[in-house]
Amino acid sequence: MSQQYEPVIGLEVHLELHLPQKMFCSCPAEFGGEPNTQVCPVCLGLPGSLPVVNREGVLATIRAGLSLGCEIATFTKFDRKNYYYPDIPKGYQISQYDLPLCRKGSLTIDVNGKSKVVGITRVHLEEDTGKLAHVDDRNESWVDLNRAGIALVEIVTEPDMHSAEEAVAYLKELKAILSYLNISDCNMEEGSLRCEPNISVRPVGTSTLGTKTEIKNLNSFKVVLQSVQHEIHRQSAALSRGEEVAQETRLWDEAGQKTVAMRGKETAQDYRYFPEPDIPPLEISKEEIETARASLPTPPKERRKALVEKGIPDYNAEIIVRSQGYADYFEACLSTYNEPHKVSNLLIGGFLQELNQRGISEEDIPIPPEHTATYCRLSEEGGIGKAARKQVLAALFDTGKDPESLVKELGVSQVEDQDEIGKMVDQVIAENEAIASQVRGGKTSAIMALVGQTMKLSKGRANPQIVQEILKKKLEG
Amino acid sequence: MSELWKLTSGDLHERFTSGAASAVEIVESHLDRADQVEAKIDAILTLDRDHVLAQAKALDAKREKGEPLGMLAGIPIGIKDNICTEGIKTTAGSRILESFVPPYNAHVIDKILAADGIIFAKTNLDEFAMGSSCENSAFKVTKNPWDLTRVPGGSSGGSAAAVAAGIVPLALGTDTGGSIRQPASFCGLVGMKPTYGRVSRYGALAFASSLDQIGPISKDVAGSARLLSVIAGKDPNDGTSIDQEVPDYREALEEEMFGLTLGLPKEYMSDSLPSSIREAVDDVVLTLEALGTSVRAIDLPHTEYAVATYYVVANSEASSNLARYDGMHYGHRTKAPIKNLAESFSRTRSEGFGDEVKRRIMTGTHALSSGYYDAYYLKALKVRRKIREDFETAFEDVDAVIAPTSPVTAFKIGEKIDDPLSMYLTDILTVAVNLAGLPALSLPVGFSGEGLPIGLQIIGQPFEEELLLTLAQGYQVETDHHKKWPQIP
Ligand SMILES: [Zn+2]
Repeated sequence: MSQQYEPVIGLEVHLELHLPQKMFCSCPAEFGGEPNTQVCPVCLGLPGSLPVVNREGVLATIRAGLSLGCEIATFTKFDRKNYYYPDIPKGYQISQYDLPLCRKGSLTIDVNGKSKVVGITRVHLEEDTGKLAHVDDRNESWVDLNRAGIALVEIVTEPDMHSAEEAVAYLKELKAILSYLNISDCNMEEGSLRCEPNISVRPVGTSTLGTKTEIKNLNSFKVVLQSVQHEIHRQSAALSRGEEVAQETRLWDEAGQKTVAMRGKETAQDYRYFPEPDIPPLEISKEEIETARASLPTPPKERRKALVEKGIPDYNAEIIVRSQGYADYFEACLSTYNEPHKVSNLLIGGFLQELNQRGISEEDIPIPPEHTATYCRLSEEGGIGKAARKQVLAALFDTGKDPESLVKELGVSQVEDQDEIGKMVDQVIAENEAIASQVRGGKTSAIMALVGQTMKLSKGRANPQIVQEILKKKLEG
Repeated sequence: MSELWKLTSGDLHERFTSGAASAVEIVESHLDRADQVEAKIDAILTLDRDHVLAQAKALDAKREKGEPLGMLAGIPIGIKDNICTEGIKTTAGSRILESFVPPYNAHVIDKILAADGIIFAKTNLDEFAMGSSCENSAFKVTKNPWDLTRVPGGSSGGSAAAVAAGIVPLALGTDTGGSIRQPASFCGLVGMKPTYGRVSRYGALAFASSLDQIGPISKDVAGSARLLSVIAGKDPNDGTSIDQEVPDYREALEEEMFGLTLGLPKEYMSDSLPSSIREAVDDVVLTLEALGTSVRAIDLPHTEYAVATYYVVANSEASSNLARYDGMHYGHRTKAPIKNLAESFSRTRSEGFGDEVKRRIMTGTHALSSGYYDAYYLKALKVRRKIREDFETAFEDVDAVIAPTSPVTAFKIGEKIDDPLSMYLTDILTVAVNLAGLPALSLPVGFSGEGLPIGLQIIGQPFEEELLLTLAQGYQVETDHHKKWPQIP
């Protein structure tokens, strides 16, 4: 029987903070911009320039740490991580070594219905690097330092995860918690949230850790899942063959659907960490920590629980609390139309589709929640003909107008007038005499075909219940 | 008018503001003086006559219009070439920055300009301020105006030589382990290293961040007081600068020293001290006692470890501070064909740095390396604390400490350059002050038998620059060493 291997996984997540300014200078910390336009002597690493701590970055990191249950250091410092690369203009990165701002936290994840605690080793603050652009056909590389010096939070877990699914569950839960703090865009594609899993495998039943590899540059949950799965498989297969796993950094090869060793960077680096002499040690007061704690939002997990208690299906709640703004929006809708289940169906259905199609963020919805609630009520209570719902929703997004006026403007209000419907029913009976006589003959189920025809004739506007009642009256006596 | 260059900074300012001399007349006198002596002294790396004259004309126009004039109005100032000047080359005496023109001013330069000072010249230095003789400059060896065969001291040797030769009345230096005080003492000048954090380091090319301070060099005590009043203060761009009120330091010159107690550390008065220096110190003690102070012997027991501690701390920080000079973003980049990134870095740096800088980067890198960090860097930090505590203990009994600035007078050019260790040992009396972050002022207290200036330093508690100025001024009023000029052949 072949040896079974157990994977051991830890995650390092880098979160780019979305502050108005960079971490150690006053340059704007925004995405995009022409290369090397959001720079100054400090983030260019010009001779003589000095870093100055942006306290907002420290506070944001403390909030991240607190939301992960960490202890916050009252005395901390920055250190220099020394290495040469063209994207770090000073020849070192300002980071934190032995006194991180936050340590010893945890995060509870749910995988296949089971709860599991993942230990958080540390959360520290550092500065981002610049970006390199390689022009292969000209054999050139260019450096853009717009990103250099932007505040970057690093969150490191214990090696507590044992499957790719657990790693992804952790990452999703972490992303939800962090996005609630409003300190980052948490966008994996744009790189404001970056994940580097480290993976080793060991024979089942043993406790010594195997040699680990690290995977870099993973930009979606899907890729994290695939690459970790692949890496577990690759390492297990290597050990089964009696080979050794090399300690190295690997990349995900999307085309080949496999991890590949990164070129270069094989030698173990000595970063020669030492305390950053340009930045005095930081003292964090108890008051600052408590103020930060008081500013923490209700975490997604608790909001999800509260929604489920209101009678919303798990699945709906999960999607709604994914973003704090969306959960808030949902609550706001309820104060106009207190039908949690119905509103939640709209918000995970047609409404979400509109947002996605229009590229609108769930945090930044342009429609007043009263309008959305009214729309939901009209749809549910028959104020909008069924066939016109999509049209009205689209109009709501296009114009932002109150749905009741939209319904009037578009002429899509439901027809409830007995006489008007009666006339349409007469016409349908006349045109479908064969079916009508079946109903008269006792085959009552055939009546639905006539309801359908009447609805069609009314272009969806007739109230189907009234249509059915009138048909019954006319055919069954 | 022809001898305007001989006036002190205070007298020049007075002449200018009173209308007795125009700024153009003042700078022309100093430019003429530079023409006479610079070829022999080699104190200057960059001097742009047009730029100097343009500043002077603008000042004259300002005075003409009756606008208020700053504390440095009419005073030409030399700037050590490791302090960034916008639009003016700033080389740090290194090939690697041979053509580097900063796009910004150091904080102190902005302050000087705001006080109507005239940026006159960029002065020579040991490469990246690493040295005690100015021989480590990649561009020229500055000579001591008192004896052209001798060094002016370092690393602010160009600034000191320029003031001593009358090219400028005031200059800025930087002091990491004595780099203002030692050249001031070798050149018969006043030089002050302020308390760590008193003056912003923003724009001064870092050698050792936890030790570097910018400070003034001048003929007389008043000149240093004037320049310090302008450059001191909290700078939001330097997190290590300290928010403490800045007095008008010139007022300290009027204070009495009567009743003060001064300490003379036994460890700084070793038997190997030349008799000329020992005698000069004895004379100072007599003068100061006559002025109403009492002088007593004190102990600074960890003094013998100061030089080793200093070189570990300074070189460790330097190894990291100088990492940015990799040719990627500015400065020299190798033109040799290279195969990869690592080769580009190493060739650029091999070509761009001189021997002493390389030596310090290598020892500093070693001290921070894994496996050696605890034994060197961490140990040095512990001893540094002991050295600071020595001073704290001493200051429980005395108001200030006095000691020779250097165990030697200016040595011959070439005498120590091939023996780094003996060169390092000349820093023995200055480095502890930087490790402890204290203010210290060196002032001229006499001449050796060979006619070479001797300096004495006064060391104070943090932010007690005023006390140092009071003592130095009290001494200077009684003596005339500072009024002498070297005869430049
Ligand atoms: Zn910047």
